[in-house]
Amino acid sequence: MEIQRTIKYEAELDRQFAYEIAQSPGAETLFECIQCGACSAACPVSIYMDLTPRRVIAMTREGFKHEVLSSLTIWLCSSCYACTVECPVGIKVTDVMYALKQRAIKEGYGPRKVLTRLLAQSFFQAVKEDGRATERKVMLRLYRRAGLDHLIRMAPLGLKLWRTGRLSAFGTERIKNPAEVRTLLECLEEQEGGKSP
Amino acid sequence: MSGYAYYPGCSLLGTGKSYDESVRAVFEALGVPLQELENWNCCGATAYSSIDECTAFALAARNLALAHRRGDPILAPCPNCYLVLTKTQRYLEQYPEIRQRIVQTLERLGLNLGHDVPIRHPLQVLSETPGLEAIRQKIQKPLKGLRVAPYYGCLLARPYPIVEDPWNTTILEDFIRVTGAEVVPYAYRTRCCGGALTGVVREAGLRMVYILLREALRQGAQAVVTTCPLCQFNLEAFQDQALRKNGIQERIPVLYFTQLLGLALGLPPKKLGLHRHLIPFQPQRKALQEAVA
Repeated sequence: MEIQRTIKYEAELDRQFAYEIAQSPGAETLFECIQCGACSAACPVSIYMDLTPRRVIAMTREGFKHEVLSSLTIWLCSSCYACTVECPVGIKVTDVMYALKQRAIKEGYGPRKVLTRLLAQSFFQAVKEDGRATERKVMLRLYRRAGLDHLIRMAPLGLKLWRTGRLSAFGTERIKNPAEVRTLLECLEEQEGGKSP
Repeated sequence: MSGYAYYPGCSLLGTGKSYDESVRAVFEALGVPLQELENWNCCGATAYSSIDECTAFALAARNLALAHRRGDPILAPCPNCYLVLTKTQRYLEQYPEIRQRIVQTLERLGLNLGHDVPIRHPLQVLSETPGLEAIRQKIQKPLKGLRVAPYYGCLLARPYPIVEDPWNTTILEDFIRVTGAEVVPYAYRTRCCGGALTGVVREAGLRMVYILLREALRQGAQAVVTTCPLCQFNLEAFQDQALRKNGIQERIPVLYFTQLLGLALGLPPKKLGLHRHLIPFQPQRKALQEAVA
C-alpha cells in the first residue's frame, strides 16, 4: 500500500498567488473575508461544486493555488452574481471566479472534460474574427473541439432552431470593419505583453 | 437625437430573434423611436471575462464610445449586454489605470469614450415613455384569464439593478397586468436559469431549468414571461429534456415580455416572432378549451 501525505506544508503554499488575485478588479477585500458562507448559501450551483465558493475564497487567500485552479468550481460558476450581492465585506465573488478562470486558462489548468473553457476560447476567437459572435459558429466550434458525440447530441436541437429561423445556416454576423476590433484587442495585448489563449 | 441607440447584441440576431422582432414592433406601436447603433460589436459577454477582463472592458467600451459619438442613450434588451456595458462603465470610473489604457486604445481608432452614456433596458424605458397608464389606453386585445409567471432572471436584479429596490420591485409584474393577464406568485423570479451551463455542464444546467419550470407549473402558470434571451432559450429549448427526466408531461410556453405586450396591443403574432418558438403559445385556443370543459 502506498501512502501519501494529505496535508500541505506552509512552505508549499503560494502566498504571492493570493496577492495577485486580490489585485484584480472587485477582489480588493479578499483578505477581509469572515468565512460566513453567505456566498455558498446564495449560490444555486454550489451543490455541484467540489469546493464551495466560501472554500475557494479561503483557499485562494491561503495560497492553495494548485487546488483552486484545478477545481471544478470555477468552471461551474454561471455568473449569476447572487454571491456578489450577498457578501457582507464586499468581495465581488463573481469577479474572483473570473480572475481564477483567467489564471487557469493562462497556466493550462482545468479538467479537459469541462466545456466551459472551450466555450470561452471559441467565443474569444469568433469575436476576434468578426467583431460579433455568431451563435452557430461559436457552438459548432465548441462541439467540434469537444468531440463528435457532443456534436451529434446537439444536432436535433440545432435543426429545430434552424427551421424556426433562429440559427442561420451559413451567414456570419460581422461588423463592417472587424479589423478595428482586432486592432483594439491587439493594442491591449501588446501592452500586456501578449496574452491571447 | 435620433431616438435610442438600439443595441441588440449577438443573441438577438440568432436564437433570440423573436426578442429583437418584438422589441422593434412594440416600440414602433408605442411611438418610442429607436435606431440600431451602427456597427456595434459584441459586448464581450461572460465568456470574454474568463479570458481577460481588460479586453472584455475594451470590447464594451467601443460600443459606449459609438453611442457617445451619436449622442443617444443605449437601449439594451439583453440583460447580459446590459450588465457588461454597465459594469464596464462603472469599473472604468472606479479604476483609472484601466480606464487610461482603454481610452488610449480607443483614441487610436479615433473614438472617444466619453462619460456616462445612459444604458437602459426596455422595461425601464417603456415604464417612463409612454408609461404604463398610456400603454393601458392602447390595449386592444386584453389577455384575460391567462396566468403568467414573471421571470426576471439574474442580471436585471443584480449587481446593477434596473430599479431602486430589486427585492420588492414589481416592474415586470406591472407590465404583465397591463396586458390583462394574471400574475402568479413566483418565488424564483430572480433565480439563475443556469446560463451557459446547459451547453457545457448539462447535468447542472438541466436541473436549474427544471427547478424554475416546476415552480411555474406548480403555481398554475400557463406561460413564463422572460426579459432575457438566454433564459428564454434555456427554459424553452431544454424544457423537454428537463421535464421528461423528472416525469412531467406538461409543457409551458416561454415568451418575452415584449411579445405578451405586443399581443395585447393587437400586433400580429408573426410580427412578434411567435412562430419561431418551439413550444407554441396559443392563448385563444386554451381559453376556448377551458370554456368548453
